[in-house]
Amino acid sequence: MSHRTFVWICLLPLVVVTIAFFLLPIAQLVVVGATGPRGLSAYLAILTEPRYRATMINTVVLAAATTIATLVIATIAGLFLQRHRFPGRAVLIAMLTFPLAFPGVVVGFLIILLAGRQGLIGAISNAVSGEKIVFAYSIFGLFLGYLYFSIPRVILTIMAAVQKLDVGLEEAARSLGASPWAVQRDVVLPALGPAFVASGAIAFATAMGAFGTAFTLATNIDVLPMLIYTEFTLAANFSISAALSIGLGVIAWAILALARSFSGGAVAAAG
Amino acid sequence: MRDRLIFLGQLGFTLLVAAFLVVPVILSLSAGVTVNYFRGIQSGITLQWVRQVWELYAGEIFLSFVIAIATLVVTLVVGVPAAYALHVRGGKLSRVIEEIITLPLAIPGLAIALALLLTYGGFGSFRRSWLFILAGHVIFTMPFMVRSVMAVFASIDIKTLDEGAASLGASPWRRFRNVIVPNAMPGILAGSLMVVTLSLGEFNLTWMLHTPLTKTLPVGLADAYASMRLEVASAYTLIFFVMIVPLLVAMQMFADEGQKR
Amino acid sequence: MSAIAGHGAAVHIERCGKTFPDGTQALAPASLDIVSGETLVLLGPSGCGKTTMLRIIAGLEQPDAGGRVLFDTNDMTPVPIEQRNVGMVFQSYALFPNMSVSDNIGYGLKIRGIDAKARAARIKEMVALTNIGGLEDRRIDQLSGGQRQRVALARAVAIRPRVLLLDEPLTALDASLRDRLRGELNRLLRSLGITTIYVTHDQAEAMELGDRIVVMRKGAIAQIGTPREIYFTPQSRFVAEFVGAANIVEGPVIGRRLMLTGGSLALQEAADIAAAVAMIRPETIRIVGQGDASLTGIIDSVSFIGDRLRLVVTGAAEKPLVVDAPNTIVAGIGDHVGLSVAPEAIRLLPRED
Ligand SMILES: Nc1ncnc2c1ncn2[C@@H]1O[C@H](COP(=O)(O)OP(=O)(O)O)[C@@H](O)[C@H]1O
Ligand SMILES: [Mg+2]
Repeated sequence: MSHRTFVWICLLPLVVVTIAFFLLPIAQLVVVGATGPRGLSAYLAILTEPRYRATMINTVVLAAATTIATLVIATIAGLFLQRHRFPGRAVLIAMLTFPLAFPGVVVGFLIILLAGRQGLIGAISNAVSGEKIVFAYSIFGLFLGYLYFSIPRVILTIMAAVQKLDVGLEEAARSLGASPWAVQRDVVLPALGPAFVASGAIAFATAMGAFGTAFTLATNIDVLPMLIYTEFTLAANFSISAALSIGLGVIAWAILALARSFSGGAVAAAG
Repeated sequence: MRDRLIFLGQLGFTLLVAAFLVVPVILSLSAGVTVNYFRGIQSGITLQWVRQVWELYAGEIFLSFVIAIATLVVTLVVGVPAAYALHVRGGKLSRVIEEIITLPLAIPGLAIALALLLTYGGFGSFRRSWLFILAGHVIFTMPFMVRSVMAVFASIDIKTLDEGAASLGASPWRRFRNVIVPNAMPGILAGSLMVVTLSLGEFNLTWMLHTPLTKTLPVGLADAYASMRLEVASAYTLIFFVMIVPLLVAMQMFADEGQKR
Repeated sequence: MSAIAGHGAAVHIERCGKTFPDGTQALAPASLDIVSGETLVLLGPSGCGKTTMLRIIAGLEQPDAGGRVLFDTNDMTPVPIEQRNVGMVFQSYALFPNMSVSDNIGYGLKIRGIDAKARAARIKEMVALTNIGGLEDRRIDQLSGGQRQRVALARAVAIRPRVLLLDEPLTALDASLRDRLRGELNRLLRSLGITTIYVTHDQAEAMELGDRIVVMRKGAIAQIGTPREIYFTPQSRFVAEFVGAANIVEGPVIGRRLMLTGGSLALQEAADIAAAVAMIRPETIRIVGQGDASLTGIIDSVSFIGDRLRLVVTGAAEKPLVVDAPNTIVAGIGDHVGLSVAPEAIRLLPRED
């Protein structure tokens, strides 16, 4: 057996599995999306149908807000953790990164425990002011949930990027008279740019497609994944849900591809 | 003085963020062993909820393990040779294949699940068996295995090792067993941890693909969240943490080790 | 030309030591005075504490308690680096990758709130001074190593620093470029007249650039002096061997003579030492006829280096002697030769054991 043949044999199972359980189904999804009562225009429904459009805008705004908030939080914490050595630092890092692969459903439940009807925040506010604050089931609860699963991943990326920063650059800026704030503004944040783009894109794409959290919070907030789910299971509206998922997939993929062409590194969503 | 204030400010902020992540977990752990969460921990500590979860959901938990192990086996058997082939072949086609198998990282699980349902929903016995869920998990976790192994290949010049073994007269299959796989071990282990962890916790795909007879652990969780009292839901979450956190810790340790090397 | 630079401060370092939190003592407490306008070179092998000393002067490290850094009469010890007005050139150059060449040069001026017009003029001046015309709009990753070095220098000088600090600015470059830039840098530093502290492990660089050289060893100052003093009158075996090539010979001194295996050599002054250590530079040893010589040996190897011959002579001292001879003499391996050294070229060193 020649080496060439061997390499092909190694590759074959992957090709078969991928075609059978990924490419073929996705092709079928595209076809179903185009063959409903609306025909090809189902693909435009996401923009033309007011209800879908509103959901779409909702989802994008929520994902964008999550991304920005996560980046700000992770940058402050990541810079701090990478730049200082103090007792308990390792524990703190572990606390900030262990929820890395919690499923969305669990995150949703944790948000309920925090801000739900029997939640901690409600109990505290009830004790303090007599008024029970409950927001787990609102869009803010969903936002908190998305924050919860984005923070660990983005902190890890930012910390790795900070570690690679050349401290010489900061020292050079200081030697030229730059105050600590000016150093952050002119040297550190620009140097972290690629890490922001990469991890921001992942956070955004993940938030766009997140389903488990919204499902657990059982909110009446419309986000795209919930819309797809209800169209499919409750309304049995196969073609629209197919078209909407294709749209969702394309957006998430495009964001990541764009980020990758910007930052040159490997960018991928997960979860 | 100024530096001290900045330090304390940042420390406080970071602690706050850590609290946001950790406090709910502690709440759920404690709720899972409290007699009555509404009345608080003074109502007593009990394992009755954990036992109840076990009675109700042992099947789901067991199936999750079966699927996770099966997913691992498939990704190993399919993914490791493929990673090797993609690495030594190089070229445009390999890059396209790599790009395609990484797409499930970008496309939401919901969309992949819909695609699988619309394609294979009609194949009754396949649709009804847990193999249907397995297919989804394999597609979702495969890129992690392939990339993790390829990352190792990229760092150790596997091509020269392979050629060296070939010059000694080893056949491709022997080389694969004796040279490639042992050298790829760190990547294979890291990838395996990732695959098992993700498969155990996968919900987005699984919720769409499951049937009443093929429920997994996270599907059961969603069930419990929707229909059980808070203590039971928490106890179930507690069981999930006990299973998943060691895997996450092992994964982190692996990543740290990789950085040191 | 010194209008370009502004004036330089005198720098006084008083008992500055440095122990890092991990317990490494990088610098034993040391004092040093640097005259206004002088170029002082810190020279020593890697790890001897040069960078640490420079960073203390810059304000990037705090000296251990008791140490002080003064610029003229101002105590700078508690002043952070951004208020010290020092120009710094880093070994890695540390140019900002997110700014163009002219933005890099102008950054310190911008921080000082200098308006765009004055800034542009100053940048132009610096570009001309460092010979980087035409590169103003380039990104940093589009520059060669030598060009980066010039930009780093221009950026440091642009702010009219009180003290210019350079940490191995030529080490990252390849050998031929290093030689050329060394000459350029020398002219530039002399024309600027700023107080300059220059760190290097390369003794040729130190000789050419330094008004004075501080030789350092294991976190302590081994000797301070002009290049001539360091070269001709080293005060220790370490300095003798680190700066230039040196033969170290050992033997008893009786009267005015140093007794060696293959004879003896006359000294400048009389002494009586049972086991003396002396340094003889290779170029101070002359090959003479055997008959006239008080010291003889056998030629072990001959290398033609171009401008001279490098001979290794055995049998004269315990260890083989390296001799630099004119390239015109005829010498063959195995020849018996006489050696002569002027008494003032033999430098007795303290024993270190
Ligand atoms: N931040 C630090 N922490 C601990 N040790 C250090 C640190 N910086 C330098 N050192 C140690 O101090 C010694 C002197 O270092 P340095 O001043 O950089 O030497 P040089 O510049 O002469 O090569 C070295 O042994 C080095 O390992
Ligand atoms: Mg150094």
